[in-house]
Amino acid sequence: MNRRHVFALAASALLLSVSAPAFAQETVKIANISELSGPGATSGVNWRDGAAMAIEEINAGGGILGKQVQLSQYDSQSDAQTSRAMVQKAIDEGAFALLGTVYSGSTIVNMLVAQQAGIPQMTGSEAPKITQLGNPYIFRTSFGAQKSMPKIAAYLQDEMKVTKVAVAWVNTEFGKGGHDAFVAEMKERGIEIVADVPSENAQADFAADVVKLKGSGAEAIFVYLTEEESARFLREARKQGISVPLVGETTLIGQKVIDLAGEASNGALGHVSLTPDAPVPAVQEMAKKFEEKYKYRADHNAIKGYIGAYAIKYATEAVGELDSQKVAEKLHGLTLKAAENPGILIDISWDETGEVSRESYLVEVKDGKQTVKATLPAN
Amino acid sequence: MTEFLQVVLSGLATGSIYALAAIGFTLLWQASQTINFAQGEFVMLPAFFVLIGMHVLGMPLIAAMIFALILSLILLGVIFKKFVIEPMLPHGTLPIVMATIALGILMKETVKEFYSAEAQPYPSLVADRTLDFFGAAVSTQDILNLVVSMLVVVALQFFLSGTRTGRSMQATAQNPQVAEILGVNIKRMVLYTFLINAALAAVASFLISPIYLAKFSNGEPIGLVAFIAAIVGGFNQIRGALVGGLLIGVVDNLAAIYVSAQYRAAVPLILLIVIILVRPQGLLGKAEGRAV
Repeated sequence: MNRRHVFALAASALLLSVSAPAFAQETVKIANISELSGPGATSGVNWRDGAAMAIEEINAGGGILGKQVQLSQYDSQSDAQTSRAMVQKAIDEGAFALLGTVYSGSTIVNMLVAQQAGIPQMTGSEAPKITQLGNPYIFRTSFGAQKSMPKIAAYLQDEMKVTKVAVAWVNTEFGKGGHDAFVAEMKERGIEIVADVPSENAQADFAADVVKLKGSGAEAIFVYLTEEESARFLREARKQGISVPLVGETTLIGQKVIDLAGEASNGALGHVSLTPDAPVPAVQEMAKKFEEKYKYRADHNAIKGYIGAYAIKYATEAVGELDSQKVAEKLHGLTLKAAENPGILIDISWDETGEVSRESYLVEVKDGKQTVKATLPAN
Repeated sequence: MTEFLQVVLSGLATGSIYALAAIGFTLLWQASQTINFAQGEFVMLPAFFVLIGMHVLGMPLIAAMIFALILSLILLGVIFKKFVIEPMLPHGTLPIVMATIALGILMKETVKEFYSAEAQPYPSLVADRTLDFFGAAVSTQDILNLVVSMLVVVALQFFLSGTRTGRSMQATAQNPQVAEILGVNIKRMVLYTFLINAALAAVASFLISPIYLAKFSNGEPIGLVAFIAAIVGGFNQIRGALVGGLLIGVVDNLAAIYVSAQYRAAVPLILLIVIILVRPQGLLGKAEGRAV
């Protein structure tokens, strides 16, 4: 027996020892690993509370395949290496499926552990790379950033009839990724980029950037900056009297930006994947229940956590047995309709990579509040 | 042309705030040979005093600004001089440089610890309105920045050359030994300089925070720009620091438009090198002697 065989045997034994308790257990063990402390705590706590509320509902409704669900919490401390250790711990303690993490940097690291153990993992992360690494056990709860740009591009072209557009973006990994995807979409659709204005990370003075954009003759400006820079940009744009629409992602119209930019944020448009204000009664009802239960307003991460927990339930029941491997296989190519599976809130599909397709929303800031302007179809 | 005018006006508005910080730099150097590398953090901090006044103590904006100014005078003026500069002064300039760098880091991290790493909204003193100036947009905030900075500089010039205390301060800066023989209380004069620097930093903070937002890391870029502005203008002249500040503000914006955004931060440094090569004493500086 050569070394490779020994490893294969050892790995198989490990897999068996990990998944064996799942067959025998009386309760279904689901582990949540999220950012409960550290800089990601706002996202991680929202996600955890959304998932916990879903599990409570699932248990009240008879559990999964008639078994009650036991939800364990693990704190990743917003740290990639800690998240990896916590995923390992959760699996060692017999987790049947995993929820989390939200931070993309953590998920990229910890999803390898779940992959080795063959445990399905529902993540709240949105970095494109996560579903491009060929991991058959990772599943998103909201689509990756690379799926946003075609939706925004279609809206600019079909609804706003834009033929010339300008781009303001931050020159970082995040900004460059968004910029490149957006520019490629524009080229494909024949929309002219009349100004391409990069800015530095943590830039404070946007006067020169706005001057360039203002004089470019663009019919709309796509703004892809981080939240604080977005707020400074919006203030400067208001000051210099930019009248064309400013369009961006969640980072342009998030509550933090609205708080920082004040009145200057009014009129800004942004594409969001999930929002408690979505014109979907099930989402609004979930958000209302969440607020009553936790005394704070749910954000998109809370909705993602909620959907993630229900996705495990529906996929497991579709399989008909508590088998982590089969659940992961079932999720590939699965479509869940909200009409038959109310906990999923909005119709959702997973492809062979674990990527998600679902409708999303174009939001406008009006009087300092997000209002849904349009629903963008799934792609 | 409108584009050029817009860039110049926006540059002057932010440059005028850099000038206030640069003048503080110059004053401290003249009075006590202190190069204050925490100057940027001195501008960052008072905005948080205002926020504490408003959100923790429930004060209206103006009262919170007065509270912040008093706190700045005590902490950034008296305490800074007494506990950081005075013990270091006998050991020369270099230990002071090290001490102020350490102080800057301490201030930054403390604000981060107590007020989070996120930027905070900061109220503007004037309603956000935009006026048309030959096609360029000038906001009321820009006008306020320019007017307040100029008034502060004029008042400071008048104080230093038109009053007895001001002239004593000048004498202290030029020749402390002779000034002391002539009966000038040089310790008090040096303290006044520190108090003026603290007040300038507070005013700069009140003006720049509505644009930059209140954030723990704001001190780094402001401190660097103020330092460059002070050298470009001439380290021993208030007028020089003023010109240096305005020049850097305008050059920074022009560079972003006509050079590139990536290199905009380097252009003021290139300007600094050129000026040191051509005119080592700075644009308005004197080749020798010290004067406040």
